[in-house]
Amino acid sequence: MPRPTFPALFPLVVLLALALAPVARAGERPFITLASTTSTENSGLFAHLLPRFTARTGIAVRVIAVGTGQALRLARNGDADVLLVHHRPAEDAFVAEGFGIERRDVMYNDFVLVGPAGDPAGIAGAPDAVTALRRIAAARSPFASRGDDSGTHKLERELWAAAGIDAAAASGTWYREMGNGMGATLNAAVAMNAYALSDRATWLAFGNRGTHRLLFAGDRALLNPYGAIVVNPARHPQVKVALARAFVDWLTGPEGRAAIAGFRVGGEQPFFPWPKDRTDARGRTGSVPGHGHRRQESTAAIAAAPG
Amino acid sequence: MPDLWEAARLALALIVAGDPELVEIVARSLAVSLSAVAIACLAGFPLGALLAVVRFPGRRIVIVVVYTLMSLPPVFVGLLVYVLLSRSGPLGVLGLMFTPTAMVIAQAILVGPIVTALAHRALRGLYVEYRDQLCSLGARPWQVAPTLLVDGRTELATAALAGFGRAIAEVGAVLIVGGNIAHVTRVMTTTIALETSKGNLALAMALGLILLLIALAVNAAVLALGRDARGT
Repeated sequence: MPRPTFPALFPLVVLLALALAPVARAGERPFITLASTTSTENSGLFAHLLPRFTARTGIAVRVIAVGTGQALRLARNGDADVLLVHHRPAEDAFVAEGFGIERRDVMYNDFVLVGPAGDPAGIAGAPDAVTALRRIAAARSPFASRGDDSGTHKLERELWAAAGIDAAAASGTWYREMGNGMGATLNAAVAMNAYALSDRATWLAFGNRGTHRLLFAGDRALLNPYGAIVVNPARHPQVKVALARAFVDWLTGPEGRAAIAGFRVGGEQPFFPWPKDRTDARGRTGSVPGHGHRRQESTAAIAAAPG
Repeated sequence: MPDLWEAARLALALIVAGDPELVEIVARSLAVSLSAVAIACLAGFPLGALLAVVRFPGRRIVIVVVYTLMSLPPVFVGLLVYVLLSRSGPLGVLGLMFTPTAMVIAQAILVGPIVTALAHRALRGLYVEYRDQLCSLGARPWQVAPTLLVDGRTELATAALAGFGRAIAEVGAVLIVGGNIAHVTRVMTTTIALETSKGNLALAMALGLILLLIALAVNAAVLALGRDARGT
């Protein structure tokens, strides 16, 4: 009987690995690495946008979808060429410290408060987001926080501070820091009958809502603007500045804006190009749509009349 | 809530349809994990054999360290490789971050101690059995090691399978150093994590079942070859 021994099996394993290696190395056209948030990836926006951009320019885009905090850290280390993130103060600090060469407005949507359909804390009729959070705290209803220093988490902490509530002090009781992405936090919120703050896009595309409902939205404090930043080659010479610029130009140009506006999840539009009128060719604006005002209205209404 | 039955039906539908994206992800998972196991075995088997036969000062300490490293947390290994391969890290110039190569490196580090420790354990037993016979023929300990590697092939195959199990199932390391980039570094486990985060629980479970089927196929293939080898 022939003896295909293990040492004989060994080259077989190596051969198999080598045979499959080309699969692992597929796609050797020019590419950029885009560090972005889970909301843009999980909602399907990139699957909608990127093939259009690649078809137009021949540039492939490799997306690392993490929280805004982690995306900024990756870019700081030079591991990304361009950012699409959503926390304006952190973005401005990134550029001010010389890690990014320019920040451009791209689009916005809004954050929403979701919770069990029964709404035990009664936030559905709240006049504004801060009042809604105060009601959750007063009722000691479970609240699932991202707890991961993401853009969503940063905004949530600002809202608690505005409400005058030290939520972190209640951590482990009704306030639960998940330390996880938006989807994982929503899964946990559904399982724990907890409230959660989510960006609208992730919520729209989320497949495991259970009995959870969108309970509060429309406060201008919940606006969620996204900005694109090209990483500074002065800090990291390997950054593909020209390709990254081409991406940001496309994203903020007529074609990219039309693609963003044309994206739908379940019949709803999750992202709105910003600013509304882009007359400036470079599209550099510093405004945040209507930040600071508080009015009860839907995203669609905000879209119709921003600022 | 999806049940296991729904997940199993979905898994079957994906397999029958030969979903191209699924095929690509499965192929990449196998390529990355088999490469990692191959590298780990190339280094780990000879090291395990040496630890089994050669006596040197500090040998016991090395063995304890190797056994301890079997408990390496994948997330920690991912961070370690990230710190090394990041553009700001010592090996940043290689540009390996967020590539399948980085994933192979991370998994090889995870699997290395497992195959080394299991090889050491198995070959130590064989060596105790054969020692007198081999030494009466005048063999030096380092000449014995290759003989042990050949005679212990069945045990070594088991060690390689244990290493493969660790590699194909881990998500923490490949998520950090691969970045879960579609069509570049997305593998089975990172896809399962992604679909879970999208709330597509049935699809995530279906992919988990398919991953188990792949492991079944690999284990069955290796064990079948081992049977032929022994003629039993």
